[in-house]
Amino acid sequence: MSFPLLTATAVVPAVGAIVVAAVPAGRRSAAKVLALAFSLITLALAAVVFLRFEPGGDRYQLTESHAWIAEFGVRYELGVDGIGVALIALTALLIPFIVLAGWNDADPQETGNSRWRPTQGFFALILMVEAMVILSFEATDVFLFYILFEAMLIPMYFLIGGFGDRAHAGSDQKAAAQRSYAAVKFLLYNLVGGLVMLAAVIGLYVVAGSFSLTEIAEARASGQLEMATNTERLLFLGFFFAFAIKAPLWPLHTWLPNAMGEATTPVAVLITAVVDKVGTFAMLRFCLQLFPEASKWATPVILVLALISIVYGALLAVGQRDIKRLIAYASISHFGFIVLGIFAMTSQGQSGATLYMVNHGLSTAALMLVAGFLITRRGSRLIADYGGVQKVAPVLAGTFLIGGLATLSLPGLAPFVSEFLVLVGTFARYPVAGIIATSGIVLAALYTLVLYQRTMTGPVKAEVKTMPDLKPRELAVVLPLIALLIFLGVFPKPLTEIVNPAVEHTMSDVQQKDPRPEVEAAK
Amino acid sequence: MSPTAVHSLWTTAAEPLDKIQAPDIEYGQLAPILIVVGAAIVGLLLEAFLPRRARYQAQVTLTVVALAASFAAIIALAQAGYGTTKANVAAMGAIAIDGPTLFLQGTILLASVVAVLTFAERRLDPETHGNHIDSFVAQAASVPGSDSEKSAVRAGFTTTEVYPLALFAIAGMLVFPAANDLLTLFVALEVFSLPLYLLCALARRKRLLSQEAAVKYFLLGAFSSAFMLFGIALLYGYAGSVSYARIAEVVDGSVRTIDPALADTMGNDALLLIGGALILMGLLFKVGAVPFHMWTPDVYQGAPTPVTGFMAAATKVAAFGALLRLLYVVLPGLRWDWRPVMWAIAIVTMLAGAIVAITQTDIKRLLAYSSIAHAGFILAGVIAFTPDGVSSVLFYLGAYSFVTIGAFAVVTLVRDAGGEATHLSKWAGLGRRSPLVAAVFAVFLLSFAGIPLTSGFSGKFAVFKAAAEGGAGALVVVGVLSSAIAAFFYIRVIVLMFFSEPKADGPTVAVPSAMTSTAIAAGVLVTLVLGLAPQYFLDLAGQASVFAR
Repeated sequence: MSFPLLTATAVVPAVGAIVVAAVPAGRRSAAKVLALAFSLITLALAAVVFLRFEPGGDRYQLTESHAWIAEFGVRYELGVDGIGVALIALTALLIPFIVLAGWNDADPQETGNSRWRPTQGFFALILMVEAMVILSFEATDVFLFYILFEAMLIPMYFLIGGFGDRAHAGSDQKAAAQRSYAAVKFLLYNLVGGLVMLAAVIGLYVVAGSFSLTEIAEARASGQLEMATNTERLLFLGFFFAFAIKAPLWPLHTWLPNAMGEATTPVAVLITAVVDKVGTFAMLRFCLQLFPEASKWATPVILVLALISIVYGALLAVGQRDIKRLIAYASISHFGFIVLGIFAMTSQGQSGATLYMVNHGLSTAALMLVAGFLITRRGSRLIADYGGVQKVAPVLAGTFLIGGLATLSLPGLAPFVSEFLVLVGTFARYPVAGIIATSGIVLAALYTLVLYQRTMTGPVKAEVKTMPDLKPRELAVVLPLIALLIFLGVFPKPLTEIVNPAVEHTMSDVQQKDPRPEVEAAK
Repeated sequence: MSPTAVHSLWTTAAEPLDKIQAPDIEYGQLAPILIVVGAAIVGLLLEAFLPRRARYQAQVTLTVVALAASFAAIIALAQAGYGTTKANVAAMGAIAIDGPTLFLQGTILLASVVAVLTFAERRLDPETHGNHIDSFVAQAASVPGSDSEKSAVRAGFTTTEVYPLALFAIAGMLVFPAANDLLTLFVALEVFSLPLYLLCALARRKRLLSQEAAVKYFLLGAFSSAFMLFGIALLYGYAGSVSYARIAEVVDGSVRTIDPALADTMGNDALLLIGGALILMGLLFKVGAVPFHMWTPDVYQGAPTPVTGFMAAATKVAAFGALLRLLYVVLPGLRWDWRPVMWAIAIVTMLAGAIVAITQTDIKRLLAYSSIAHAGFILAGVIAFTPDGVSSVLFYLGAYSFVTIGAFAVVTLVRDAGGEATHLSKWAGLGRRSPLVAAVFAVFLLSFAGIPLTSGFSGKFAVFKAAAEGGAGALVVVGVLSSAIAAFFYIRVIVLMFFSEPKADGPTVAVPSAMTSTAIAAGVLVTLVLGLAPQYFLDLAGQASVFAR
């Protein structure tokens, strides 16, 4: 039996979570170092997965399959396609930065209580989320995926509710109340989505008699498994509802600004850059593969929702006074692009969407983490409390600018490639949608540059005069991310190479071919 | 012994007395029940003859040993194949020894052992007058607040009668799901109900509340027993027999000979429908299904918490066992009549339990309403009317019992000056004070909420899957919706424990002895094992899902 590489990528952080949680209260720094070490081992394993994956090979590689709960027809089945590999790489890459960025965020304010170990809990929960997210990218069994999809809510919930942002305008009590409100809202939204999906999962089993993604997809492709049109549509809606909440898509997005605003910045990055990707990933992997006909049926509505997300998210971002909420609304706009790319049903759109998931993770992480460093220094999240930071902390301002430019998809930075692909892919099939979506880019320039202008330029505010520049630990977080953004901006081939074959498979699942260019079609 | 033989025995009863044959009793197969009954009687004798000081030790030991021995007997029977190939009807047709019986009896016994451990806990309260005290009243007969009560407390009395009472209740519960005729069913019901009424009244603190709970439980329980007895009488009039098999045969029309004495009534569908409905009502009362749930919150709140845990787990198991047997063995021919009714009851139970729980401010009442919602989920599995339905219900009951007992055991730990601090506001910040206890309780709550990787999810998935396969897709949708509602209040408690600042005058968490710790640990262990690797137990439940008739 070969080494279970995929299992290892999830087991390492899970073991890390247990080890970190067991560190005694007095040894906080040991817990941090251990957390970082485990996240780096995971990264190394993810790199092995990335290298061992052969783009031209089978659709699902490095597969593992073990009996698990025979009674339910559930198997422990793992396998990755190019999309999964890209997202595993993204997750494993971001977690060390998140750990490093949150180094001191969870230290207890009072040290009297020897049993209260928030630091250990914080890092253990982050590693636990990492394990579940990675495994959910690998699961090819619908039930296994569902379990992880739901179970990851619990550690996320404790991360949001238990470790709030200390830079809060109101009193401690008000902060605690808002935080637990945000955590409960996050959990309820996602739990409701998950439970609706549970009904659909059970329904799928009743119809298909199996939970194996590959088996069901094969049976569907070969015509052995016929689904009544209405059944397929209902099941599709059950799945899509859950993923649309997770992603999040307008009008199910309202939990995200709360959660991202109240959580500490590393956790906010974890939500938007890592956990939410499970939603869009699952649309590609489960909605399109299992329910191709229903996906096509629902496409017009989903495209409209995606367009609304793009424009509405961007408009609200323009109007925000709170830095973190601004980034949250910008993310909603970007998730609109991802969904648009997926459901445009062109290979450019879908590989663009996959790249977008990775690039959005990197760019939001860069922007959000620098914003977090800024907020920690000043102790406020309000844009109006800043001004002229670039004069006192030029490196901070510079990295913030690059993060912002990446968010608005400046050519030369990675998000440009993906946004361009999504727009081209959409335009090929739905020109009007492509045109409307383009307005999102314009608005993105507006909210990012205005944010930069208000906080970083202008006269130096009295409160920021003594603001220190980025420390080495913070530089270690930001610089690699920026380097990656630039590298993938000029040389996206390593990613496109592994993503494209996977997208071709998905396209053939939904029996779609790219529309021919118009010039050719006119002949 | 075949059912017709039972019948012929009855008809020959009119002949001369010397022809009566001695009944044929399979003592080996009844051993689990007999051991518990025997131990209960020995317990009563101990109570009468042992000096007061020695009783506690003797009773606890006897009870645990008896339950363990009884469980060993179940294992031996199951090993010998009585759950599958040798499933039969014993004791002259009164008791069915088959898969569901053995599985449910095993579950009841294990749950009871764990519950009895929480009964025996004496470390939670500080010692008064040099005596260890437990959750039970010093002297049940003394008036609350009176001098005689004070002197009983000073003398260090304890109500060790709870152990024989619990044993009698357990014996009744063991018979209840195994009963194969309506009279045995009724006798078993009374045998386990009466000791429970008493146990409810025996709380050491808040005695008036406890006694009120007992009276409510007794009155409503007596009503439901009466309804059930009336139903039995009507069903006898319909079928001319109280035997399950015989009634089933009359229902599906395979018996055409009419008993001359019952010529007027036999085969009268009105009797069948009304009688069946009344018996169902009695069972649904014990299960705590809406609209027969009114007693649950009051009784759960008033009863001593260890007893609440015991009732919530073991009674539910026994009652669902009896319900399954009644619907699957006696009334399968009537399923087009009872399924719509049970549909409605399941839906109302799930929704009402979940919705009303939201407004609760007392942790014990909250758990009571949660148990009502769970009864609704289990009913969804009952309605499936497939072997999968049976096995999913069996599995759910096993999973649920341990979580419930564990959860109530945690409730006994959180105390302030007035005893247990059950008001939710007092639980604020518990996660800061005692992270371990709060984390354990959070695990139980997540399991109640049916979050994946806990036993609650496995159970819920099993019943919903069975229901969907049984053609009750709409029920599944209502089920997931009410799960979502229910999740809200479980999460509220978690929020309270972890995200609220502890209050200055908040409760303390008592350090329990090994007994309560064992009970809680068993709950956590079962929750996680059944959540991560439920395969073995699902198999077991699957093998145990065929009824003997």
